[in-house]
Amino acid sequence: MPVPETDHISYQRSFYIEGGNFNYAGIVSTSIKSILKQMDFPGDVVRKCAIVCYESEINVVSYARKGVVNLTINPDTVQIEVIDEGPGIPNIDQAMQQGYSTANQKIREMGFGAGMGLYNIKSYSDAFIISSELGKGTRLLMTINIKK
Amino acid sequence: MKLRDVKEILDADVIVGDDKLDMEVKTAFGADLMSDVLAFAKAGSILLTGLTNDQVIRTADILDIAAIVLVRGKRANTDTINLAKELKIPILSTKYILFETAGRLYAKGMVGCVEKVDNASARN
Repeated sequence: MPVPETDHISYQRSFYIEGGNFNYAGIVSTSIKSILKQMDFPGDVVRKCAIVCYESEINVVSYARKGVVNLTINPDTVQIEVIDEGPGIPNIDQAMQQGYSTANQKIREMGFGAGMGLYNIKSYSDAFIISSELGKGTRLLMTINIKK
Repeated sequence: MKLRDVKEILDADVIVGDDKLDMEVKTAFGADLMSDVLAFAKAGSILLTGLTNDQVIRTADILDIAAIVLVRGKRANTDTINLAKELKIPILSTKYILFETAGRLYAKGMVGCVEKVDNASARN
């Protein structure tokens, strides 16, 4: 009997992020980190996942109306997909550059908004895909390899 | 050195983590920009910062930072302190400025968790 595709996924869970609510910024990443830690993943895998998730979460809270984080654990990889409903990114190449930022004062007061977010996300991911549609939102897909 | 030594060297108050002063700490990172902390700080380091909001605690948790040292006499608000308690992250507060805080720890043998950033990740 053929094995259905979904059998390869060992764990999947979604988390919701409320845009603009800085009080809870980071709470999803803290949860995801503790889930991965409880599953006994190596420290560097947990840390990479937590960092890419946290920077993405800060972005959703800072710029979007709302977002969802889909955590998928496969046998060889952890995938973190972040989809938001927001303004979208007009120029992705520009947004990926270190130091480029459109952040307001509130975001900067939190210690973010210096144009390092997407750059950090990309550099901590083993694979990174970004797509965005103006007026609709942005989707990030980060893959972290689980080294055996 | 132990976190207790950090407290003594910096004449610091312990805001959270009285029970963790025997923890061994060897390296540090200092910044007010959390994205830079996320980019460069290493697990087990102490974080020297003048930022006092929840994001400092969250960032420390994400990176497994050993302890936070608030510089320039900064104090965190009650909610932030409670978050640190919940996530079991010690907070010290010193009146020394960031430069003095780093210098005094360095003179006693603590080193940066990285010395220089590599070219690929250097800021423009």
